Amino acid sequence: MERKIVLEHIDVEGIQHLDVYRQHGGYLSLKKALKSMTPDEVVTEVKTAGLRGRGGAGFPTGMKWSFIDKKSGNPRYLICNADESEPGTFKDRYLMQHIPHRLIEGMICAAYALGANKAYIYVRGEFKAVIGILNTAIKEAYAAGLLGKNILGSGFDLDLHVHSGAGAYICGEETALIESLEGKRGNPRLKPPFPAIKGLYQCPTVVNNVETLANIGWIVNNGGEEYAKIGIGRSTGTKLISACGNINKPGVYEIELGLPVHEFIYSNDYCGGIKGGKELKAVVPGGSSVPILPKELILKTIEGVDRLMSYESLSEGGFISGSMLGSGGFIVFDEDACIVRNTYNFSRFYHHESCGQCSPCREGTSWMESVLHRIENGQGKTKDIDLLVSIASKIEGNTICPLGDAASWPVAAAIRHFRHEFEFHVNHPELIKNIKHGNLEKLDVKN
Amino acid sequence: MSEKHFKHKLYVKENKAVAFSPTTLEKINTIISHYPEGQQKSALIPVLHIAQEEMGGSLNVDIMEYVASLLSITPIEVFEVATFYSQFYLEPVGKYVIEVCQTGPCAICGGEDIMAYLEEKLEIKVGETTSDGLFSLKAVECLGACGSAPVMQVNTEFYEFLDLTKIDTILAELRSKKELKKPEEQTWKERLS
Ligand SMILES: Cc1cc2nc3c(=O)[nH]c(=O)nc-3n(C[C@H](O)[C@H](O)[C@H](O)COP(=O)(O)O)c2cc1C
Ligand code: SF4
Ligand code: FES
Repeated sequence: MERKIVLEHIDVEGIQHLDVYRQHGGYLSLKKALKSMTPDEVVTEVKTAGLRGRGGAGFPTGMKWSFIDKKSGNPRYLICNADESEPGTFKDRYLMQHIPHRLIEGMICAAYALGANKAYIYVRGEFKAVIGILNTAIKEAYAAGLLGKNILGSGFDLDLHVHSGAGAYICGEETALIESLEGKRGNPRLKPPFPAIKGLYQCPTVVNNVETLANIGWIVNNGGEEYAKIGIGRSTGTKLISACGNINKPGVYEIELGLPVHEFIYSNDYCGGIKGGKELKAVVPGGSSVPILPKELILKTIEGVDRLMSYESLSEGGFISGSMLGSGGFIVFDEDACIVRNTYNFSRFYHHESCGQCSPCREGTSWMESVLHRIENGQGKTKDIDLLVSIASKIEGNTICPLGDAASWPVAAAIRHFRHEFEFHVNHPELIKNIKHGNLEKLDVKN
Repeated sequence: MSEKHFKHKLYVKENKAVAFSPTTLEKINTIISHYPEGQQKSALIPVLHIAQEEMGGSLNVDIMEYVASLLSITPIEVFEVATFYSQFYLEPVGKYVIEVCQTGPCAICGGEDIMAYLEEKLEIKVGETTSDGLFSLKAVECLGACGSAPVMQVNTEFYEFLDLTKIDTILAELRSKKELKKPEEQTWKERLS
């Protein structure tokens, strides 16, 4: 089911450059949107397309756009979220590096639909090479009259700039991102008010993920109805999946939503099976924040139905037996992976990345990390396992931003599905010392 | 205030004159112009990146106060930000800052071995700098390149699909200051093969 929308023509030599991109149909959507459609008509097409946010939450994009406050008369802003820091997720970097104009084209159409005359791409600071590529592409677009004043003679003006972050996962959360763009610490804001009413500089703002925006050009060109025909049910279109972990072919794949998970893992068109011919143990299908599922539950739902790569199918069964599509960060664990060690690892990550504003998240993530460290190092007790479940449940839902939930879900799910591994650690402290976390088939360079 | 407080890195002021070159100032003014009138504080993070790069790889109180004056904001506004983001260093670092990703996807693909090997080869622990001032070793979280795990970053350069032999080559190249072929210039397919 190969279907390319956001990665169409990605293999064409020189597609990073405006002339080549235009030779392959690039920027045609601008002529159509800016000259023959009203902003509201663009919003309607995106609604009809059923496009959902590709940053993780899956919120319908057209609906989000329709919430933007157009009455106050305040300037409106469009921000592209290119902070990409969710462990397991590396699709946006791939897209921006290889086909930056697809994002810029989508942003111009989106800004037109929103009536925004200023837009920013917030890129995580570590992606310095990507920032360079984007700046070159933006310069090309300005020179060709696709950005700046009176774009293509339509009377629509748009300024677009890249803004660099500086290393903070929390700045991927949209209100933290806005704070960061204002030159402050990345402390999330309490919602409401939502950014659509009071966002950047207290003005109406839409924050969208890179991949979400990269879909807009296609939707304008082909119409929302055509887009909605791709995919399955309410999961329309394609999705970039970044596959990593113990598989033969890690990388970024654009799939039509609805592809069976089994095919995605084992087909040579995608992950190519488990590395070294080993058995699959578990998968975290949507970035580190979503629940881990054991082999049986990632391949089939609890009802025995084949699991598909779609918003609905991956969450079938709720958190009891399901997970989430999330950001599309697909992390595969083989039979030798230690779930306890990985859960500890993720916990350390969330503790490190908590901004510290709310006590349940600040204290809870620290507590979970130290209890997991104890268990992982053979000093845990059986009651520690229940303690973890209890801490996780007390963080969840009690914080300003969803990082608290994101920190508690992986712990709760790991214990739900792999309790025996935690118990093994508690009961056999002398044996677990020999378990390694990921073995390099190393060359013996030391001799 | 106790002596301990005075020793905190945000209290150590050397009163050295700090100034950017005219070219850099021009670059900074261009960045400021990207934000609406009166919102020059938005330029803070990009400007701190430039300051750190041009002032020897880390920030100190003198530099941060200078940045504050350039953006017409108070020094505390700069300290707040510099202490929040992991890419800003408030202590001197080596010429090459090696940042090894320690997060799950890298860890299950051998990231822990990479870190252990670097500690052994550089004869320092994570968080330290070699005595010749050439290398600092740091552990960082997911670099957004998990498909090419294990991954590390040296200053602004990514190094992917690492193994121990590659580490030897990279360290040797850095020691001899030769330019490596930038991984970002390779295609995804080239890097996979
Ligand atoms: C802790 C945290 C980190 C996030 N990181 C990202 C990110 O790196 N990239 C992203 O697009 N969205 C991220 N999000 C989601 C954003 O808050 C927001 O929902 C998204 O950018 C909206 O765009 P979309 O509707 O196009 O998906 C994160 C959310 C949370 C709570
Ligand atoms: S949940 Fe955590 S990261 Fe989010 S605002 Fe609260 S403390 Fe900060
Ligand atoms: S986990 Fe190392 S780059 Fe993502």
